Amino acid sequence: MNLKKTPYLLTVLSCLSFAGIALANPYPSTYEPLPSDPVLIVNATILTGTGKRIDGGSLLIAEGRIMEIRSDSNISGENGATVIDAEGRWLTPGLIDVHSHLGVYASPDVNANSDGNEMTDPVTARVWAEHSVWPQDPGFSRALAGGITSLQVLPGSANLIGGRGVTLKNVSSTSYQGMKFPGAPHGLKMACGENPKRVYGEKKQAPSTRMGNLAAYREQWIEAQKYIHDWEEYEKAGKDRSGKDKKGEEKRTLPVRDLRLETLAGVLNGEILVHMHCYRADEMLTVLDMADEFGYEVTAFHHGVEAYKIADELAENGICGALWADWWGYKAEAYDGIQENIALVDRPRGSCAIVHSDSAEGIQRLNQEAAKAMTRGRRAGMDIRPERAIAWLTANPAKSLGILDQTGTLEEGKMADVVIWNGNPFSVYAMADQVFIDGALLYDRNDPSRQPISDFELGQLLEVSE
Amino acid sequence: MTCMIPGFKHGLLALALISLLVPTNILAQSIFINDATIHTMGSRGVLQEADLLIREGQIKAIGPDLAAPADSTVIEAGGRPVTPGFFAGITMLGLQEIAAEASTVDASLETETMRPEFDVTLAYNPNATAIPVTRIEGYTWTVLGPGPAGSIIGGQGQAVSLDGGYKSFRGGKLLFIDIGSDASELSGGSRAAQWMLLNQALSESGSELRWSPDALLTVAGRQVIAEFINKNIVVFDVDRASDILQLLKFAEKHHLNPIISGGAEAWMVADKLAESGVPVLLDPLLNLPLSFDQLGARLDNAAILHKAGVTISFNNGESNNARKLRQAAGNAVANGMPYEAALAGLTINASRIFDLGQESGLLQENSRADLVIWSGDPLEVTSVADQVVINGKLVPMVSRQTLLRDRYLQQEPAMPRSYIKP
Repeated sequence: MNLKKTPYLLTVLSCLSFAGIALANPYPSTYEPLPSDPVLIVNATILTGTGKRIDGGSLLIAEGRIMEIRSDSNISGENGATVIDAEGRWLTPGLIDVHSHLGVYASPDVNANSDGNEMTDPVTARVWAEHSVWPQDPGFSRALAGGITSLQVLPGSANLIGGRGVTLKNVSSTSYQGMKFPGAPHGLKMACGENPKRVYGEKKQAPSTRMGNLAAYREQWIEAQKYIHDWEEYEKAGKDRSGKDKKGEEKRTLPVRDLRLETLAGVLNGEILVHMHCYRADEMLTVLDMADEFGYEVTAFHHGVEAYKIADELAENGICGALWADWWGYKAEAYDGIQENIALVDRPRGSCAIVHSDSAEGIQRLNQEAAKAMTRGRRAGMDIRPERAIAWLTANPAKSLGILDQTGTLEEGKMADVVIWNGNPFSVYAMADQVFIDGALLYDRNDPSRQPISDFELGQLLEVSE
Repeated sequence: MTCMIPGFKHGLLALALISLLVPTNILAQSIFINDATIHTMGSRGVLQEADLLIREGQIKAIGPDLAAPADSTVIEAGGRPVTPGFFAGITMLGLQEIAAEASTVDASLETETMRPEFDVTLAYNPNATAIPVTRIEGYTWTVLGPGPAGSIIGGQGQAVSLDGGYKSFRGGKLLFIDIGSDASELSGGSRAAQWMLLNQALSESGSELRWSPDALLTVAGRQVIAEFINKNIVVFDVDRASDILQLLKFAEKHHLNPIISGGAEAWMVADKLAESGVPVLLDPLLNLPLSFDQLGARLDNAAILHKAGVTISFNNGESNNARKLRQAAGNAVANGMPYEAALAGLTINASRIFDLGQESGLLQENSRADLVIWSGDPLEVTSVADQVVINGKLVPMVSRQTLLRDRYLQQEPAMPRSYIKP
């Protein structure tokens, strides 16, 4: 299997502009960082997310950015910065969950809040998860208390192509646009295996088999190629002959916009990142061949309970494995789960292991999941230290979301998305003391005025909450 | 023969070798654990630098400076913690292999008629792969309970030792009843009807009438119900505070012996629970209003209930991943529950709640030798079970998952991995 061949299509696509097809961002982010004052955190054990650990270090935040990170705690000359003494405490980048359904499968789990799977068609590339996000989901504030500063909300996995995912900053807002991570690319949720074939097979509809799954994806990519071609022809006609014939009449025909194909074309031209739910090793390898066939990249395989069986192939191809620490066995494709999965995927050079949640409970404790995975790796002989493992829930998910240049590590100039932990975060007893997003203190464990409560929860159980 | 097993770093490997090389009947003779931190969960509290002698399935001696008998297998604990074997919660271990494959699942009776005589233990398969997976993580027993059923009475279950035996059931039969919004569909759409139906079922208890026009239960079912009046334990799955209070009244009226599983809002009625002596099995990770029955869910539920004097144990609804329960208990500690109380929730409290007898759930002379040697703090996510002992025997620390791990740990094998048989 040659995974490195340059696909023909990419060459074609590189000269294409989609500006003529669709407004680049019709539902733009309105997120503005909340007001913040300069903060200097000193005497902290810092895990930078870049593989470094600094003991007794300090971090200066101002204007929403990381201004300086130092290996000492000399506090002179920081005009007006509030000094936080983090003696005995640990500092990490804000945690990032690449796989969440907060807002689209909100709490409480009532029918009205079931907005995550458009289970009416195996291909729903036309839908966008953000159009289902309920910003009042109490799950967002719980995740914040667990140190989550950014997350990708995805459609569910009932469909082969489930729709676009959205990357959010974990801030309270009346709209999802007010949470939307500025400039983050869309993700596309795709799904392998049992879920699509079960959901549609039970309806006596395609796909009902894994080979049916593959045929259906391929037909979609072929249509997307045609769509790109049609627009390309349209653009070309405009350029070469001003789009007019000899009589001066419009010669070229405006192709009809198609939301589904717009999304798929966005993948083929590299603007939308593929996040694919896929459990079995053999299926993941088949998907890699398909990606080659059509000239796109898979950014991350999600769940990947068998990812450890193809850790080398994933690393060689620069594909992230977004995984759980220990969840297994609930369905046949999750039967071969092992607790060393994340560590084994992390092992090869160039790997990209990610701890993800897919759960309103798990997203609150990504640090504990990472701690379990690190422990299993160490027990199996891999020397994984906290300064490495922290990347599984910071830098690596940021990379897979296309936002690593802005967040995911503690480096000068990046967004000040920072968590102060009450101790080593790789512990069941660890608690996020304070969480900063773009430099603003949005959660403080010891200050109820810095603990958001959603509209839904306000005023519940009044008789006991006085 | 005295086999010395070096402690700590190489202990795991050495134990794995011993389990392979030494016939189990020799291991069964006696085991001597040297220099451990022993959480007895009994009146002796935590013993530092203590030793423990196991013979014939029982703990024969426990304390400092014991002498290892000449025929014993010696394990150097090197100060590591030793606890009683953990309770894995109410699970479907051995009642299902793969939850999504109906052909492998036997935990639920989906008929709509109320059949308390349905008993899941008849389907128990100790060879299910999830049993070794769970056992080697420090869990020596579980309570088998029915899954989501077609009636608010799910059926009967029982505690079982995870020793791999076909008949390793322990304690009496348990009856499982579901109350609340998730059970409303099973009772005509109203939780008020749940009490109506249960009142009727209780009134039919013991009746031998062959048939009556409005009977809920079969004759066998009525006889089963009679077993639970003034006797066996009834497990109520219930979360909402108002439902919990209804349950306390109902149990008193019918002389039941109830346990609460769930109890998301139990903290709101903590005093009433303490007064009635009804224990609660809760999920310490539940802090979201996943349903309108759980609006009051909070992380310090366990801490509040414990402080009020309620007996607490844990349950998180997991089966294949039941091993996560000790992490949940650790989170209860992080949220204010005293450490030893959380440990009790996984050991002695669970044994007492399910009435397994005075020799269970603790480490003292003549108690059952079900115990675990941990690499570190047993509630910590960075610790693992180094060695599990059940019925006084060293458990081989092997599962299908460790074998898969060992097959794929090797890098670039010359032959396909199907030839690697660890």
